[in-house]
Amino acid sequence: MKTILKTENINKFFHDPVEFQVLKNISFEVQQGEFLSMVGKSGSGKSTLLYILSTMDTDFKGQLFIDQENVTGYDQDKLARIRNEKIGFVFQFHYLLAEFTCLKNVMIPALKLGKYSEKEIEERAYEKLKILGLADQALKLASKLSGGQQQRVAIARALINDPLLIMGDEPTGNLDSKNSNIVFDTFQELTRNYHQTIIAVTHDEDFAKRSDRIIEMKDGEIIV
Amino acid sequence: MNINLDIAKTYIFSNKKLTAVAAMGVVLGMSIYIFMNCMMVGFDKSSSASMFKSIPHIRVYNDDVISAPLIKDSGKQFVIINPKVVPRTNTITNPKLVAATILKQNNISIVTPQVNASVFYNNGKSQIAGIANGVLPDEANQMYNIKSFMADGDFDLLKTNINGIVIGSGIATKMNATIGDNLNLTSSKGINKTFKVVGISKTNNSKVDNISSYINLAVAQQLLKESASYVTDMNVNVTDPEDAEKIAKQLSTLTGYKAEGWKQANESLMAAFKMRKIVITFVSFTILIVAGFGIYNILNMTVSQKINDIAILKAMGFKGKDVIKIFVTQAISIGILGVIGGVIMATGLITILKNIYIGGDIGYFPIDYEPTKYLLGIVIGMVITFFAGYMPAKKASKVDPVSIFRK
Repeated sequence: MKTILKTENINKFFHDPVEFQVLKNISFEVQQGEFLSMVGKSGSGKSTLLYILSTMDTDFKGQLFIDQENVTGYDQDKLARIRNEKIGFVFQFHYLLAEFTCLKNVMIPALKLGKYSEKEIEERAYEKLKILGLADQALKLASKLSGGQQQRVAIARALINDPLLIMGDEPTGNLDSKNSNIVFDTFQELTRNYHQTIIAVTHDEDFAKRSDRIIEMKDGEIIV
Repeated sequence: MNINLDIAKTYIFSNKKLTAVAAMGVVLGMSIYIFMNCMMVGFDKSSSASMFKSIPHIRVYNDDVISAPLIKDSGKQFVIINPKVVPRTNTITNPKLVAATILKQNNISIVTPQVNASVFYNNGKSQIAGIANGVLPDEANQMYNIKSFMADGDFDLLKTNINGIVIGSGIATKMNATIGDNLNLTSSKGINKTFKVVGISKTNNSKVDNISSYINLAVAQQLLKESASYVTDMNVNVTDPEDAEKIAKQLSTLTGYKAEGWKQANESLMAAFKMRKIVITFVSFTILIVAGFGIYNILNMTVSQKINDIAILKAMGFKGKDVIKIFVTQAISIGILGVIGGVIMATGLITILKNIYIGGDIGYFPIDYEPTKYLLGIVIGMVITFFAGYMPAKKASKVDPVSIFRK
């Protein structure tokens, strides 16, 4: 198994309003195909860590490796390319572009990547929507769907470029248990069948317990 | 289609009302800018056209000079002088040669001699002081286009009738003279001569209409008791009146006489022209800038509304440049819509105004479709739109996605 993500001594400070160390010497590795949950109380630093791992937050000390590549100190454009190609995101809120159809929303990251022709991308997007049981909603505007459906479209969008890593910030936070289960099962299938790696921050204990590995954080440190 | 363009297009069409409002601002700004500038060109053209009815582009004449000392003032020798204007003859020597020399220069359209005689127009007891312009009728008509402002009679009769006179409409009224009447002129040299009125001209410039008349050059020389070689002025028209000052300078060095361009001869009028130009440019430019603010505002609003979209796009791998492209594309699309609308509206306004009859010597409203002003308006409009869009776009590109997601 390949190491997909590795951190070495990540430290982060908040400077405002007072200097405060949010993360203390975080070092861990994530293997390909792992389904990892990060848990911890509010303020434990788990979300902060997730955003550092996502490469969107570059204000930290230490080293970050994604797909065995040291991405620390890369400029924003280079990081954007890495995110586009290798990372999919699912948030608590769906963040779909309201004026676009579901299909188009799913297609956008792939169109940005430009690896396939538009026609192929459309086929692939349909496929992803089918996996999430939304093929019949594809041509509706994103804003016309229910909350659970929107979250599933967001997951389809995260999958479109077949990313190595899928990061979730409370991906089931706004969903009822039925939809939560759908999301969880989808994630699990992705790790089992497609060897994609999932890192999810969650407050949902059931969700965490069912995942492969749990990282628990407290006061900026990994305790388990 | 490029995904950035696609997103920009969707934003434009999903919010048609905002797009329309922003584009409307540009339409108004652009149309007023083009319209006002075309109007300014029209005014300038009309003013100079009415001016060139009575003055040439360049006047070459023998100017009086101030006497200069024969020896120079130095530390050893002190020269006390009392400089005076030396009275000399104000004739141009060998006018035919001078005219031929001037005509050989580039960009000269007509050269014609003129003798201005100060006269009194007499009719019984009433007497008006004025100026009789002694001209060669054909050349003078080419220069001033006199036939275009003849109120009555025929300017060509001046050629066949050596003692004919074409008088200004003001003189005709005061002298109660009509075509065919006799009119007595007394010159400053005391010569008395009776002319036959063959035409009445009307420039609508009372300064000209009330005092000046046209007579044959030879008769004007007689009035001044001078010979046929006596010519006070050599009038020159050039192909482009804007070049008059430059060419006047050349003529001055070439002939040795003073050559004065029309702008130099009418400095106060030129100052008024300039002021008008400044005001119109300033006002029209301000209106365009206001239109730019419209776009700026609306794009700023769009950026605030779409801040979540921007955050997720950046998370998904869109670069700062991509975000700028999305919003600048929007601004430029609005700009292009506005420019097209503005050009159409300006053309409409000009067409309407062109067909309004004002009367007087102006006739129809002096405005025309000026391609250079259209082009200038389009270029400035697009530049302003670009910057009005670039600023909010730059702001959007700096959005930190983490700060949005963590809210």
